[in-house]
Order: sequence, then C-alpha cells, then structure tokens
Amino acid sequence: MREKLVVIGNGMAPGRMLEHLFDKAPDQYEVTIFNAEPRVNYDRIMLSPVLSGEKSYEEIVIHGDGWYIDHGITLYKGHRIVAIDRDAKTVTSDHGVTESYDKLVIATGSVPFIIPVPGKDLPGVITYRDLDDVQAMLLAAQSRAKAVVIGGGLLGLEAAAGLSARGMEVTVLHVMPTLMERQLDPAAGYLLQKAVEERGIKVITRANTKQIIGDGKVEGIELDDGTIIPATLVVMAVGIRPNSGLAKEAGLAVNRGIVVDAGMQTSDADILALGECAEVDGMVYGLVAPLYEMARVAAAHLADDRSAAFVHADTPTKLKVTGIDLYSLGDFADGEDRQEIVLRDATAGIYKRLVLKDNRIIGTVLYGETSDGAWFNDLKKKATDISPMRETLIFGQSFQGGAPLDPMAAVAALPDDAEICGCNGVCKSKITGTIAEKGLTSLDDVRAHTKASSSCGSCTGLVEQLMALTLGDAFDPAAVKPMCPCTDLGHGDVRRLIVAKELKSIPQVMQELEWKTSCGCAKCRPALNYYLLADWPGEYVDDKQSRFINERVHANIQKDGTYSVVPRMWGGITSAKELRAIADVADKFQIPTVKCTGGQRIDLLGVKKEDLPAVWGDLNAAGMVSGAAYAKGLRTVKTCVGTDWCRFGTQDSTGLGVRIEKFMWGSWTPAKVKMAVSGCPRNCAEATCKDVGVICTDAGYEIHFAGAAGLDIKGTEVLCQVKTEDEALETIVALTQLYREQGHYLERIYKWLRRVGMDSIQAAIVDDPNKRRHYFDRFVHSQTFSQTDPWAERARGDVATHEFKPMADLTMLEAAE
Amino acid sequence: MNGETFFAIGTINDIPRRGARCVLTPVGRIAVFRTADDQVFATEDRCPHKGGPLSQGIVHDASVTCPLHNAVISLKDGEMRGPDDGKVRTFAVRIEPLTKVLELSLSPIAAAFADAAE
Repeated sequence: MREKLVVIGNGMAPGRMLEHLFDKAPDQYEVTIFNAEPRVNYDRIMLSPVLSGEKSYEEIVIHGDGWYIDHGITLYKGHRIVAIDRDAKTVTSDHGVTESYDKLVIATGSVPFIIPVPGKDLPGVITYRDLDDVQAMLLAAQSRAKAVVIGGGLLGLEAAAGLSARGMEVTVLHVMPTLMERQLDPAAGYLLQKAVEERGIKVITRANTKQIIGDGKVEGIELDDGTIIPATLVVMAVGIRPNSGLAKEAGLAVNRGIVVDAGMQTSDADILALGECAEVDGMVYGLVAPLYEMARVAAAHLADDRSAAFVHADTPTKLKVTGIDLYSLGDFADGEDRQEIVLRDATAGIYKRLVLKDNRIIGTVLYGETSDGAWFNDLKKKATDISPMRETLIFGQSFQGGAPLDPMAAVAALPDDAEICGCNGVCKSKITGTIAEKGLTSLDDVRAHTKASSSCGSCTGLVEQLMALTLGDAFDPAAVKPMCPCTDLGHGDVRRLIVAKELKSIPQVMQELEWKTSCGCAKCRPALNYYLLADWPGEYVDDKQSRFINERVHANIQKDGTYSVVPRMWGGITSAKELRAIADVADKFQIPTVKCTGGQRIDLLGVKKEDLPAVWGDLNAAGMVSGAAYAKGLRTVKTCVGTDWCRFGTQDSTGLGVRIEKFMWGSWTPAKVKMAVSGCPRNCAEATCKDVGVICTDAGYEIHFAGAAGLDIKGTEVLCQVKTEDEALETIVALTQLYREQGHYLERIYKWLRRVGMDSIQAAIVDDPNKRRHYFDRFVHSQTFSQTDPWAERARGDVATHEFKPMADLTMLEAAE
Repeated sequence: MNGETFFAIGTINDIPRRGARCVLTPVGRIAVFRTADDQVFATEDRCPHKGGPLSQGIVHDASVTCPLHNAVISLKDGEMRGPDDGKVRTFAVRIEPLTKVLELSLSPIAAAFADAAE
C-alpha cells in the first residue's frame, strides 16, 4: 500500500520537490496538496513581468491541472490548513476537510511584512506577494492615478517598474540612503536610482513613513518630516517573514522559521518543512535557488535517501526590470582585511566592483554589464587564487590572455561545472551534455529537459550561447529569431510590447521599438497589422497597404496576375439557387476554370482583377459572401451529413459546422484556420487533420486541434470532451481567441501548440470555465468589428475603388506638353 | 528634358501612400508607386523573376515586394535586391508642383536620368 504524503502549500519549492520525488520514487506516495491560493503552481518570480504586462498568468504556470491529474495528486485549491494534529497524524482545512498522513511537508512560504503605521489597514494598501496582489494592482492601475511603493528592495522596485509601465505615477519610498542596500553597494545603488528615475519613477530615500492617510480609503502618505505624498494605491514591499504560525501551534520547534536539519526534517520525524518558511542552520531563504536545493534534499529524504544534505551557498541577485542589468553576489562590505577592484564607465553607465580577501573573490557587484557574473561566481565558489590575473581581472574572463571580447569565447572558456542557471542550479556540463544526449535543438527543449533559464529567465542569453557552442550551425535560436531584418525583436517580444506599452499604430510600434527601417518590409508590416488588429479591436484601423495582396483585394492572386474567387458555403452546404448564380457568373465573365476545393467549396479561377467587384456583386445578389479563401483567418468548416441523413450519425454535425462558421467568419487569425465537424468516429469530414476539429459521439463532442495536412502531416490532439453543442462552440471560440492573442504571425495552430505546450492551453480553456468565458467574450467583442462582407463593400464601390481599375489609359496617347 | 514627352496620368492623391496603381500604355502596363514620404516611381508592371504584377505588391521604403514570390525590387533603379540578378525597366515620373498632377514619360530611362527625375 502506498504511503500518504500531505503537502501544505503549493508554491515553487513543494512543486519542485514533487517533481524530484516522482522521478526517484514514482509510486511510493499517494499525494494530497492543500493550497491556500485558489490555483495551480505558478512561477512566483515572474509576477513582475505579469504586472508590467510582459507576460500573462498562463505563461507562468509551472504545473497545469493536467500535471496533478497525471500524477494522481489530490489538489485542494483555496483550502488553508488550520490545524495539524500530530498525534492523530491528520491535518484539517478551513473548509473542514481532514486528511491523514504518513509524511507531512509544510511549505507555507512567507508572509509580507506590514509596517505597523496608522492607516495600514485602509482599502488601497496592498502587499506584493501573490497573483491576487498583482490583480489588485492591475485594477488600481486602470485609474492611471498615483501610487506609492514602500520599500526600495528587489520586490519594491519591480512593483514600481510594473505600475509605472501600466501608466501610474509612482513614488518609491526607501528608508535607507541607497536602493537595494542589501545587494548593492552605494555606488551601484546610485546608478540604479538614476536608471529608475529615468523611467519617470520618483525615488525618496531616507524616507520614514509616519502614517497612511485617508478617509475610508487611501488618499496619501505622510512622512516623518511632514511631507505628504498623495496616492490612491500603497504597495508595501518592505520584506517577508517566514509563515510559521501553523507549525508553532502544532508544537514544532520554531525560531525565525520552522527549524529543520540539513535533511529538511523538523522536530517531528514525520514532518518536513521547506521553502521560505524553513530555517536551516539559523538561515532563512527567499531566493529560488536555495529553495530548489531544499526541494531536492526533501525529495531525496522522502524517497528514503538519507545522504542528501542542504548546504548554504551564496545566491546571485538579479533585478527583473527590462533594461536594467544588475548582478550582485556574496559579501561586498568594506573591511580592513579586504581589497577591492573597481571599474567605472560613466558614459556607458557601467560599474563593476570585486571584493577580494586573501586574493580570492568574496563579493561582486556588476551594474550595466553583467555578462561576467557567472565567471566571477565560479571563481568565488572555487576560491580561486586570482593573483596571476589580478591586473586584468575586472575586465572579465575573455580579456584574460588577450583573447578578443567575444561572448561566445567567454562561454566556451567556462569550466564544465560553472553554474549557468542560478535559480535551478544547472551547470554548464549538464546543459551541453543534455543537448548532446537528447538531441535538443530549441531553447524550449533545453528548458524542458534541464530547467536552465526556465525560472527568472535572466540566463537565457548564456544558455543560447551554450546551445550555439554545442550545436554549431544546427542551432536555430527560434526564440530570439528577429521578425525580419527591420528589427532585432522576435514575434513574441513584439506582441508583448505592443500590449505592455499600449502601442496602437504601425508607426508607433516602429518608433517605440526602434525599427531599423523607415517603414518596415513585406514581412513585418502584415504581422504588425495583424497584431494591432487582434490586440486593439475597434480601436486600430486596418492598414490595407500593409496587407498582402490577397487580403487587400479579398481574392487569391494567381500566377498570371488573375484572381480566384471562392464564395462562402456555410458548412459546405449549397443550393440549386447558389449553384445557378455561380454558373451564371462563370458564363458572364468568361471564367475559364471552375473547381471544387479541399474545403468543400467552389473555386472560380482566372477572374480578371477589374471584373472582381462585378463578380462579387452578382454573387452577393444570390446571397453569397466572401469565403475568405485568401485570409489568414477562418477559412472553411467542413462537415459530414450527421444525423440529418447518415445512418451512423450521432449528432447534428452539419448544424454545428454551420453554426461555428456563421459565428466565426470574418475573424483574422495569425495564420489560416481550417475546421471540420464529423458526425461520428468514422470521421468522414477528416476532422483529425484540421486546425480545429470536432468528432461527435453519442456522449457529446470531442474537441480536437493542432492537426496539419500540408507541408507537415500531423494528427490532431484532443483538447477535451464536452457534452453540449453550446459548450463545443464556446470551447472552440475560446481556443481560437487564445491562439489569436498568442500566435506568431503565420504560425499555424499546431506550431503554436508545440511552442506553448498543452498544459498552458488546457489551463486557459478547459480547466477554468471563467477563463474560457473571458476568451470567448473577447472574441465576441472583436467580431462586432469584423463581420462585414468585404465583397459587398467593394461591389458597392464604398471601399478601395482605386484598387480595381488602372489610374490611366495611355493606349490612346495624349501629350501633356 | 531634351524635349521628352510627359503624359498626365492623374494626381498623386489617386495613389495611396505605400501603394501603387497601374497605367495602360502602348509599351505595356506600367506600375506607378507612391512611397510613405510621397516620392513617386514608375516601373514596368512585371517582376523580372516570374512576371508577377509589381503594382500589387507591398511598398516599403523605395522598394516593392512582388506578390508572387516575394522578390524585392528597388524602385529607384529597378534592380532586384538580394542575391538575385534581374532588373525591370523604369520610367520617369514627375509631380507638377502646384496641381500635384503626375506626369509619366514612356521612354525607358537610364539610371542616371532616374536620379535626376527624383
């Protein structure tokens, strides 16, 4: 029989512990988790990018619901444990659930420190700790009003940068003379303050808060010196303390945190503690690297490997504010027995300082240029005697021996055991070895297999250099591949910056993101036009000159410069009247070829451009609209005849297909979207190789997606099963909207899935009905601006009349002078 | 202008910025382009690669990308950009300063003349 393991808390440390445990001893425990937050495990380090708008919650989920199901974990979301009964070996939640355990892991994390000043309980005073706090801040930021952040440490500055990016006027109050004084010396703190102020954030140091003022809600802050700073939002980010109350009540040994030995065991042999709530050897920890180390040790002990022991190591600190490079490690206080080496470059905003003791590095502060951080860290860790290279040490690794300052050479020169990813404790040889062993070629693969750069992401550049080094020309840095030669930014960066900086026109994007050409090129302009259209429906005006010809004239250009015309036939259903109209049009305009398409439509090929409006006018008159066979948008929904006719049909597949097509036509997507609905598993509509497909069964509807039958051939993946047609429609629409918001231009759905992973898609569309509804609603909103037949507008002569006839005919010449 | 003949083809506002239109002439179809900064250029409406109608392409800077296979052609001299060799004929086109009427010459021009016409 399996032992029962109960985990209190569902943060990053216990999540990582369980990953290790399932690797080592997959069947030893039956696991139950109680999470006080009503959600799955997410990457708390990445809350700042969520706040600034550079990432979404979906992107920072570590374990989607599927992971818990796959490992047979019972996850109680929104359950806070209120009591541990060590005699009965049970825990009880605030909702009254009691579970018994053989082993208990306490991972309750930390609670933000609230400074005890009058007004601290006013509405509008929040802390910065979890997703709820971020959501509260985002809500407050909508007012574009004033915010005060108390605390100029790592969290406070990230919060301030995020709120400022969201349009708030932000003041940071810091009680010490310089920012981040625990990680930075005063010189670097000064540079940091300048950089923060350049972003429009006001910084007041030596600021003692006297009280928070307001009547019923926050109105401002008063300092000791009488200064009053108006604010509608106050964020307290002054520090955290271990959340050890529960353990204390249960009678476990508690100092600052829950006291554990080097094997993470508390004073009760059956109870372990890890994470920010744990105290090892008198130390408590808040950065992720030591917490992950605790996770590794705890998992080993749970799997009966008693040899694993936690050892203290200094962890480098990095600030996650886009555009500010900062690295700090170890001890950098002045002292009689210490020496320092300093490099300053005021124009470039660079400051580097090494603190030495007995010819060994004991501390490092790098500001503005941090690429040598890993090397200095390695020298420190190994206590290397640096006297032979002391003269040039500060210039970095690649300078040693006079080699050129090539970042690749620097990485190549790193020893195999040099730490690359501080968060996850991954060394160089682990990355290069895994790349070779598993044949990895993309950054995402390396993240998946080694965890390197998967937490805070600040070592991404180093990891990519290692990949380039290991793979040579085979390395395709897809994640950072620029959109086109006009920019160094990739599609993902551009999309996130469009949203984060609220960029709403192509010239604005090019200006703000420093495009290298004056008006882009044929690659980036259509992509930007799509992103702006998808992100700002109703606000952004479609730029027709940035559309590929097919989308500009709503027909497909052919090799001879003529066009093909495909009218919509909802779900592939047509009628004698429509067919007659098509036949008449073919005769009238002498259209040479009439052909059936793969998507159950009729294609008229060889139409002259100047005839297009008249052809459309005739088709409109018979009730037909554009079939969008040219669009990066919804193309066709193929159907079989389902219960209408078929003796095997289980549902009304034709009806559902027509309904989907009528609901979704006119929408633009990153690449074309083809769908199909089959009425039974015999799958006559070939739904399992489509971008989105439905297989009807007696029990309901199986929603498939991410198939391909073009350059690549790939069967679909099953997203979920639903019971009703309404649910099927809502799921498909929400899925398409998620793709519209995340997809890179020209990236088909199957490639998007490969990039973002099934877990994140299911977390957004399947696991949480509210979230699905949000995506659905956003699609519906966007549709209100896109369901106008482009053919009718042009046939009437309302739009783009210039497109369809020559501006002049000089075949009968007439001289101007 | 050496007595060269120019023909009125419409005004600059008949062409959208970053767009093109075509003119039918005895020497074949000519594409007339207007850039974002209101320069105008004229070339034959035939890509040197596989004959695609350049007037249907996306206009960026002083270049156009052919709609058939994405060849990029410089509007100033008609040369294909990038590794490919190829060239389209260019024609002089000028803007009458007061009326903004566009005037097109039908004699294919040498590159030196194209510079002078800008």
